[in-house]
Amino acid sequence: MKWDEFFVFTGDPMLFAAMISIIVGAISIVVGLTYFKKWAYLWREWLTTVDHKKIGVMYILVALIMLFRGGVDALLMRGQTAMPENGLLNAQHYNEIFTTHGVIMILFMAMPFIIGLMNVIIPLQIGARDVAFPRLNSVSFWLFAAGAGLFNISFIIGGSPDAGWSAYFPLASLEFSPTVGNNYYALSLQIAGLGTLMTGINFVVTILKMRAPGMTWMKMPMFTWSVLITNVIIVFAFPVLTVALALMTMDRQFGTKFFAMQDGGMDMLWANLFWVWGHPEVYIVILPAFGIFSEIISTFARKNLYGYKSMVVSMVAISLLSFVVWAHHFYTMGHGVMVNSIFSISTMAIAVPTGVKIFNWLLTLHKGKISFTTPMLYSLAFIPIFTIGGVTGVMLAMASADYQYHNTMFLVAHFHYVLIPGTVFAVIAGFHFWFPKVFGFRLNEKLGKLGFWFITISFNVAFFPLFILGLNGMTRRMYTYSESTGYGPLNMLSFIGAVGLGIGFIILVYNIYWSIRYSPRDEDGDPWDARSLEWATHSPVPVYNFARVPKINELDAFWFAKKNNRMLSDDPYEPIHMPSNSGMPFLMSGAFFAAGFCAVFSWWIPAIIFTIAIFVFMALRSFEQDHGYYISVEEIERTERELGGDKK
Amino acid sequence: MMKQLFPKQHVMGFMFSLVLSVVALSVLTFDMSYKMGMAILIVTAIAQASVQLLLFMHIGESEDKKTLYTNIIYALFVGVVTILGTLLTMIWGYQ
Repeated sequence: MKWDEFFVFTGDPMLFAAMISIIVGAISIVVGLTYFKKWAYLWREWLTTVDHKKIGVMYILVALIMLFRGGVDALLMRGQTAMPENGLLNAQHYNEIFTTHGVIMILFMAMPFIIGLMNVIIPLQIGARDVAFPRLNSVSFWLFAAGAGLFNISFIIGGSPDAGWSAYFPLASLEFSPTVGNNYYALSLQIAGLGTLMTGINFVVTILKMRAPGMTWMKMPMFTWSVLITNVIIVFAFPVLTVALALMTMDRQFGTKFFAMQDGGMDMLWANLFWVWGHPEVYIVILPAFGIFSEIISTFARKNLYGYKSMVVSMVAISLLSFVVWAHHFYTMGHGVMVNSIFSISTMAIAVPTGVKIFNWLLTLHKGKISFTTPMLYSLAFIPIFTIGGVTGVMLAMASADYQYHNTMFLVAHFHYVLIPGTVFAVIAGFHFWFPKVFGFRLNEKLGKLGFWFITISFNVAFFPLFILGLNGMTRRMYTYSESTGYGPLNMLSFIGAVGLGIGFIILVYNIYWSIRYSPRDEDGDPWDARSLEWATHSPVPVYNFARVPKINELDAFWFAKKNNRMLSDDPYEPIHMPSNSGMPFLMSGAFFAAGFCAVFSWWIPAIIFTIAIFVFMALRSFEQDHGYYISVEEIERTERELGGDKK
Repeated sequence: MMKQLFPKQHVMGFMFSLVLSVVALSVLTFDMSYKMGMAILIVTAIAQASVQLLLFMHIGESEDKKTLYTNIIYALFVGVVTILGTLLTMIWGYQ
């Protein structure tokens, strides 16, 4: 391989500018850390941490950076299609950008944002001191970071994947995608997926085994329920992706024929396996969003959640149904009527439990004392906008009608109408809602609301025209079109909306900056007068979460304890057993990253050496004797005094 | 002392899984009928799965039978749906 193939020097000024900005950014981070002497702090407090709150914060930070990267991709795409015969991007560049936009937004933005919120909140919400396996949690995060890093460098080293985020064969095969782009796709998703699988197991065990005494199944907060079900889906869905990606790597790099069109291979099997994982994945990103909205709506309507049990039942039903609908992603690819009918019906069935949830939220709002805070505004906007997404989903679910909509902009509009008000609004709402828990002060409400209006209005301006464009026949992934098609004006409108969305996200980031500098610090751990257990401790949360483990005897126990001036626990302080930090997960993920990078270019000897390093780290871990450390009673008393006494 | 410390179960499990893999591989190396080959593969696959579950994942050692059965039923549901569903979409129902 020659050097000019290794580094992407296409002479494209945009790529060049991006490359320069990456290099300048990296240098300024290194210089900044050295100048302010923060290397030791970074290593001690963040890179080696096993604290679920800090790991959650790091997940969310990476997710925000990835939101920016994916957002720039989106703006470039909308910019390219804003006018007929536009020359902003060429076809190849456009292919790469819609591929990375999809992969990054789903796997490196939505997933980590949700996993980040889950990390920060779940142990607090169930009254635990950490997750079940804190060290494994750190491994999960760093594997995810290694995968995300590997995927992102493809852009400057070797070339990005260009076969769509779903990477269908035969297009993604070596024959039609000869660059290393799709090797990056397979290996980076493989590494990040391993991390996600570990997260899944970790959180299932945490929620099953570590709830506060008295918190039985039906006394768990709704977000905890949604996260439990999500993680069960992760545990059962991700192995399919692991296998599919391994087969993809074998096909592309070892000459096997699993997805080949000849020699007994079956190209459609990739699409099948991808969606066997891919459809549950949709619910992995949407169910926690439902949980977040449930928490926020009941908090700001000042009412308990309407139909708690039906919420739980409908989520369990969704988790089962999510595994029996995958073929609706490829109705038009040659199945018979029987298959399409079966998957049509199962898909429409999923609208029933989802509808139950919509009505539960509406009835929670009914006669509530609603306060219109930023997180509540996002939750209220979610209900009608998501319903549009859901209804168009039912339209797409009808196999015969789908022959009209398949792979048109109508589909693009549909999944943005479910993923943005669903997942993105939820994580932003959750971000505003739980920000004071982590940092001890709220984000500015005025800027938050300004951002909300920008995002919500621009979202509709950007994506509603795509429904009409799709019905007019514009297909997805078209890099340009002629003026005679008449697609120009609506695409321009969509571009204007996309710019507005970009401004909305800039306001969001500016709000973080503004609030860090000027926002008043809340003395109280419970600024929103909320209901669940995470608000029962101080903000920012001390490392041990709860000085005393709370005792639970009802749903929303913290709310009723506040009402009746009751303590959640009055046990004496006891020494607290905590896990100690470790640099091993970080270093091991470094080895994963290096092994993955070498494997992308088929440099097998270094890849094997780095893989051996991974096993060495695992062996070291199994001989390591580390029983954690204890926080003494005196130290707890001192911390609690400093933070303003033990809360109720 | 050494006898108690030695992870007998794990080593045995490891040996079993190696042997089972070699037996499964024999389907490729020896010339045999399709039915014979499939029979060997199915038997070794089931044996392999039980070795993993019993010797490495310690299924059955937990007190909490309800969680265990719920888990197994869910796993079976997902597994059966994936396999039969794939056969349905890719072979039986393909035009």
